[in-house]
Amino acid sequence: MSTATLIDRRKVIDWLGIAPFMIFALMFLILPTLYLVAGAFFNPQGEFTFQNIKDLTHPTILSAYWISIKVSVASSLGGALIGFFLAWAIVLGGLPSWIRSGMLTFSGVASNFAGVPLAFAFIATLGRTGLVTVFLNEWFGFNLYSTGFNLLSFFGLTITYMFFQIPLMVLILTPALDGLKKEWREASEILGASNWQYWRLVALPILWPSLMGTTLLLFANAFGAIATAYALTGSSLNIVPILLYAQIRGDVLHNPNLGYALALGMIVITGASNILYIWLRSRAERWQK
Amino acid sequence: MKSSRLLAWIAIAIGVIYFIVPLIGTFEFSLRMRRGEYTFDAYQSVFSDLQFRATFGYSMLMALLTIVFGMLLVVPTAYWVRLRLPQIRPVIEFITLLPLVIPAIVIVFGYLRLYNSSSWLPLTNTTSGTNVLLMFSYMTLSLPYMYRAVDTAMRAIDVATLTEAAESLGAKWPTIMFRCIFPNVMSGVLSGAFITFAIVMGEFTMAALLNRPAFGPYLQLVGANKAYEPSALAIIAFAITWLSMGFLQLVSRFQKTAPLKA
Amino acid sequence: MSFLNLSNIQKAFGPVQVVKDFNMAIEKGEFVSFLGPSGCGKTTVLRMIAGFETPTGGSITVNGKSQANLKPNQRNIGMVFQAYALFPNMNVAENVAFGLKIAGKPKAEIDARVKEMLGLIKLDHLAERYPYQMSGGQQQRVALARALAPKPQVLLLDEPLSALDAKIRVSLREEIRMIQQQLGITTVFVTHDQEEALSISDRIVVMNAGKADQIGKPAEIYNRPATRFVANFVGTLNLIEAKVVDPVANRITIGDQGVTLREPLGNVKVGDTVSLALRPEAGSTAPDAKGDTALTGEVISSNFLGSVIRTRMKVGPAVISFDMFNSPGLVPPAVGETATLRFTAGDLLIIRD
Repeated sequence: MSTATLIDRRKVIDWLGIAPFMIFALMFLILPTLYLVAGAFFNPQGEFTFQNIKDLTHPTILSAYWISIKVSVASSLGGALIGFFLAWAIVLGGLPSWIRSGMLTFSGVASNFAGVPLAFAFIATLGRTGLVTVFLNEWFGFNLYSTGFNLLSFFGLTITYMFFQIPLMVLILTPALDGLKKEWREASEILGASNWQYWRLVALPILWPSLMGTTLLLFANAFGAIATAYALTGSSLNIVPILLYAQIRGDVLHNPNLGYALALGMIVITGASNILYIWLRSRAERWQK
Repeated sequence: MKSSRLLAWIAIAIGVIYFIVPLIGTFEFSLRMRRGEYTFDAYQSVFSDLQFRATFGYSMLMALLTIVFGMLLVVPTAYWVRLRLPQIRPVIEFITLLPLVIPAIVIVFGYLRLYNSSSWLPLTNTTSGTNVLLMFSYMTLSLPYMYRAVDTAMRAIDVATLTEAAESLGAKWPTIMFRCIFPNVMSGVLSGAFITFAIVMGEFTMAALLNRPAFGPYLQLVGANKAYEPSALAIIAFAITWLSMGFLQLVSRFQKTAPLKA
Repeated sequence: MSFLNLSNIQKAFGPVQVVKDFNMAIEKGEFVSFLGPSGCGKTTVLRMIAGFETPTGGSITVNGKSQANLKPNQRNIGMVFQAYALFPNMNVAENVAFGLKIAGKPKAEIDARVKEMLGLIKLDHLAERYPYQMSGGQQQRVALARALAPKPQVLLLDEPLSALDAKIRVSLREEIRMIQQQLGITTVFVTHDQEEALSISDRIVVMNAGKADQIGKPAEIYNRPATRFVANFVGTLNLIEAKVVDPVANRITIGDQGVTLREPLGNVKVGDTVSLALRPEAGSTAPDAKGDTALTGEVISSNFLGSVIRTRMKVGPAVISFDMFNSPGLVPPAVGETATLRFTAGDLLIIRD
C-alpha cells in the first residue's frame, strides 16, 4: 500500500466524522429552506416565473411586511437603547454589585421568556382589564384605551417584544462594556476630552460592532417571532409571520407558490440584516485582531 | 460622578418597573378568578385539566429526547472538528448560526413541503414520523445554543491531548467518546440542555404547524378560550424558565470552578 | 516657588490613610521618580497630580496655580499608563493627534505636530498601524508621543516600563530620559524598580506606607540611605546590628569584633543596639584589599555572577554579603573557610529611624 492511499483513507475518515451532522443540517435546515427559495420562482404548473415575486407587492402582503419591519425595527432599536442604558448602569454606574448580578440573572430568564406566555402577561397587565389599565382608571381616572392605545397594535406589540429584547441586549452588551478599559477613559480625560467626547470618539466606536450586531440580532429575532403576536392578537394583526402561518394552514393566498415567495421575502430580510451586520463589523473591526 | 450614579439608578428603576409590573399584573390577574377575592382557583383549574398534564408531559418528553439526540449529534461533531478538521470550523459555525437567521416558521414550512405524504420521505404520514420530525425541528432550533455551549466547554479541555492520552492507554473510540470526552464537557452539555429545555417547553410554531399536542399550542388554545387560566399558565411558564436558567447559572458557576478542582 | 508643588498632601480611602503628609517641590524641567513597593501610595500621589483622585488634605500647585478645582481634562498634563492604554480604534497617527484634535487645533498644525512627535519616537514608518499590530515597546512609545503632543506642562509616567521585556525596558528608559531632556519637560515617574529610578532620575522620592522616607539625588539615596526601609529597598545593602561600647569614642562591636566608626554615634548609651549599613561593593577579602577596618568570619556561600563574585560571610550573629569584581587572578573564598573582609570605616553608615 502506498502512502498516498493511506493519506486518502485518513482524509475520508476525517470527513466521515462530520457526515452525520452535515446530513442532518442538509435535510432539516438547508434543503427545506432551499426548497422554498426555489419554489418561489415556479408556478404551480412547474414553470419558471417571477410572478410570485411580483405578487408580493399586493397591498395586503406589502402592508404585512411593512408592519413587521416597523415592529422589528422599533422593538430592536428600543430594546437596544434601553438595554444599553441598563448595561451601562450595572457596569459603569457605580451601583452596588448585587444589582448587577440580580439584573443579569433576571435578564437570563426574561430573554428566554417569550412566546405565548409573554402575550398572556401583557394582556393581564395592559389589556382592557389588565392591572395597569384598571389601576390608571381607578386611581387617576385615566382611561388608557381612550387615548387610542391598543395592546393589539403596532405599539402594543412593540412594547411586548421589548420585554425579551431588552434583557437580550443587557446580556450581550455587559461583557462588551466590561471590556472597556478604565485607562482609555483616563487617557482621553487627561488629553482634555470631556465625558461626551470620550464616548463619541473612543467608547462608542469600540462598542459599535457589538451594539450593531446585537441590534440586528434583535431585529431578526422580532421579525421571525410569531407565537407572541399570534397569542396576543390572533390573526387580527397582519404581520408577515402570521400571514405565512395562515397561508400554511389554509392557503389563504390561493397560491402555494406565493407562500414560498413570502417565506423567501422573510429570509431575504433577515439575511440582509445579517449581511449588513457582517459588513458593518468588518468596517468597524479594521483595528481588531 | 454623582450625576452619573443618579442616572444609573434611574435606568435601573425604569428597567425594574418595566420588568416587574407585567409579572405582578399577571400574578394578580391569575388570582382574580373568583369574584371579590383572591384565590388560587385558576391554578387549580389548570392543574386539574387533563390536557394540561398530557401536553406538558408530551413537551417534557420531547425536550428530553431533543437534548439526548441533540447531544449525540453535536458533541461528536464538535469533537471531531476540533481534533481533525479545524479548517472547516467556520463552515460548521455558520451552519449552527443559520437557525437564528432563518425564521422557525420558514423552516417548518419547508418541512411540510419536503416531508409531506406525497414526498420521497413521507414523515408526516404517521404520528411517530411527525414526532420524529418535530424533534428534529427542535434540534435545529437549539443548534446555535447547543453547539456554542459544547464548543466552549471543549475549548477549556485540550481534546487532542486527552484523546492521545486515552489512545496511548489502549482505549477504543467509543470509550474515548463516552468515558473521556462526554464527562469532561458535561458542564457545556448541561448548559446547552437547560436552554434547550426552556425553548422546547414554550415552542409554539413548530408544534402547531405539525399538529402535535405540545404545551405551546395548548397555551395558545387556553388563551383563546379562557380568561384567568392563561395568567396562571404564564406564571407557571415563567417559573419553569426561571428554574432552567437557575440550573444553567449553577452549572456555569460549576464550570468556572471545575478547572481549579482538577 | 517651585514649578510643581505638593504640600502636605493627605489621601484616605474610607478609614485607610494611603498618603500622609506628603511634601515635594519639583523644579521646572526636573525628572523626579517616586520609588517604592506596591501599595506605598506612589501611584495615588501621581493620580492626584493628574486629578483622577482628590486629596483629602493639602494642596497641589503647578506653575503657581492651584489645581484643586481643576478636572483632569483642564490640567494640561500628559500621562503614560502602565498598560499602554492606546485607543484600539485609532491608528498611531490618530492616537497621537487625539489631544490636539480635542483642543480644536487646525488640521495642518495637527499633522505637523504628529509628524514631529512620530519623528521624536522614531516610528514615522508606523503611522498607519493599529495598536494591536505593534509590540508593547512600540505601543508605549506611541503612548509617550500621544501624551507629549499637546505640549503638557507636566508629564506623568505611571510604571510605563513594567509590562515590557527586560531588554526593551532598558532601551526605552534611556529613550524616555533623552526625550525628556531634549524637551526639558517636568516629569514625574512612578516605579517599583530601584535600578530604573537610579538610572534616569534627577531626584528620587523613596516612599513607604504613604510617606516620603527620603528625597534626594540617586547617589545620595544609594550611598546615604536615611532609613532602614530605604537601605533595604534601594540596592542590596547589608544591615548589621551592632552594640555600643563607647559612645564618645564611637566604638561598637559586631559579634565580638570591635570597630571604630567615623560617624559620631550621637545620643546613645553603652549597651544600646545600633543599625549599620554597609554596601556590598565596599569591601573585599582579596589579599591586596585596602581599608582600616577588618571583620573576620566564616564563608557560608560564594556565587559566581559573571562580572562579580558574591560572597556571604557570618560575623557573629550578622550575615554580611559582599561583591568583588571578577579578575583572572582572583581566587574566591571557599565555603567553610575563614576569611577577613577589609573596608574603610567611613563606609559603615548609621541608620537612624
